[in-house]
Amino acid sequence: MTDATVDTTRPTVIVDDVHIKYKTFASGKAASSTRALLQRQKGVRIVHAVKGVSFVAHEGESIGVIGHNGSGKSSLMRAIAGLQQPASGGVYASSQPALLGVNAALLGDLSGSKNVILGSLALGHSRAEAEENYQGIVDFSGLEEFIDLPMKTYSSGMSARLRFSIAVSRDHRILLVDEALSVGDKEFRAKSEARIRELRDTAGTVFLVSHSMRSILDTCSRVIWIDHGELKMDGDAEEVVAAYAEST
Amino acid sequence: MTSTHLEALASENGLERVGARPPFFRYLAATWHRRDFAATLARYRLQASMSENRLGLGWVVLRPILNAALFGTIFGLILPDSTRPDNFVPFLIVGFFIFEYFSSTLSGGARSIVGARSLVRSLTFPRILLPLAVVIRQLVELIPMLIVMIVILIVLGEPITWWWLMLIPVMMLMTVFNTGIALITARLTVHVRDLTQIIPLVSRVVFYTSGIFFDLEKVLADEPTLLTLARLNPVHDFIALVRGYMVSGNPIEPFMWWIAIGASLVTFGFGLVYFWKAEERYGRD
Repeated sequence: MTDATVDTTRPTVIVDDVHIKYKTFASGKAASSTRALLQRQKGVRIVHAVKGVSFVAHEGESIGVIGHNGSGKSSLMRAIAGLQQPASGGVYASSQPALLGVNAALLGDLSGSKNVILGSLALGHSRAEAEENYQGIVDFSGLEEFIDLPMKTYSSGMSARLRFSIAVSRDHRILLVDEALSVGDKEFRAKSEARIRELRDTAGTVFLVSHSMRSILDTCSRVIWIDHGELKMDGDAEEVVAAYAEST
Repeated sequence: MTSTHLEALASENGLERVGARPPFFRYLAATWHRRDFAATLARYRLQASMSENRLGLGWVVLRPILNAALFGTIFGLILPDSTRPDNFVPFLIVGFFIFEYFSSTLSGGARSIVGARSLVRSLTFPRILLPLAVVIRQLVELIPMLIVMIVILIVLGEPITWWWLMLIPVMMLMTVFNTGIALITARLTVHVRDLTQIIPLVSRVVFYTSGIFFDLEKVLADEPTLLTLARLNPVHDFIALVRGYMVSGNPIEPFMWWIAIGASLVTFGFGLVYFWKAEERYGRD
């Protein structure tokens, strides 16, 4: 760890010994007796996704997050965004971080246009602002002709584009981008990368989760490598990416 | 750097814990600030449900009418005349329409958080907006229901009086009660997912104990303890109040108002705090 390099700029995100656990029903087994219903269920498996990660992020930094599939990157991002409460430890931030992910639709049975309005309102815009931003969001997403279809009919790429467009319609001081760029086509990727740089330059902190080392090196100055839920390396982008490439 | 150092660094720089449950009144203020979200969500959900089937909003009104017809016929034949209330059809209609308001809020509230997982997992906003959106939607659906109920009562020959206006405060009070119920069930189903299976059963129990197609006062006349218990059921009192003001032959007693007001305030207050307490839990698993 490169803790020694104490940065003088203001910290924006502090991740303090975060543990994340998921409770899953491993095999969907029913409780064996009525008594078992009242006790801790045996069929429940605890998945320890993130095991004690700590780091400090500063103003104007763009941090790449790398690691294998299932290493806990997305869980960590959700915890930083406050969407997933850690089992122990805590995340502190100077303002509400916004997460852009590739999850499913917001409300699948509603049309894209309604999701745009609802998304803006949920982000804290007023009704008038939401309607004002509407055209800009739709234009950015490039989904004008599909905007009246229910969002559940969208392909994963389309829905990611719409979600990304909604999320970046508001200026965020702290932005978490979780592989959102990898699903779009070339043109959209270029557009969204430009928008991310713009957001970063307005004195924000950007986290970028990606499997594309090229886009990490293009946009990030610092890289965090997560391996099996633990922080394996944290430091200069090129150093960490080189070490990661060597290990795989 | 150790954990305590990081915590100190956070407080030194004025960083706040992400996703922390805000203090109660700040939470309410944040909710009020985003009230447009709840209203718009309610409207969109309503529109979506209307476009799903051909009759659309018609079902909102048709469901209680069909229920009333079915139960009225069956129990009108089975029940002995002595327990059948006077003015049976208006009695039945009011019972079903008012009960429908309660039961749809109960089931909607139970699904409000668990049914919106992808929304909860991708955006941060006060989660209380989701059960509130359910209540708003039911309130909007209530208006055509009440209009149809009034038309039916007029057609059945109930005399129109100024007392009919009392329907407004009674329904306002019931909305407060329903909001509390929606908040409580919204949190309960997050803790115990299995409860969604039991909600229809709970709804049935309330249905049979609210005296919708029979007169509780008559049926339980010889069982004072049971009668007291039945009177303590707020849903029964809301229905009894509406009947008292709109259907002739149904006297209103003061206890109905006291129980309705008391139950509404207690349920609403408890529901708010109970839901807020678990704010950090929603969307966790």
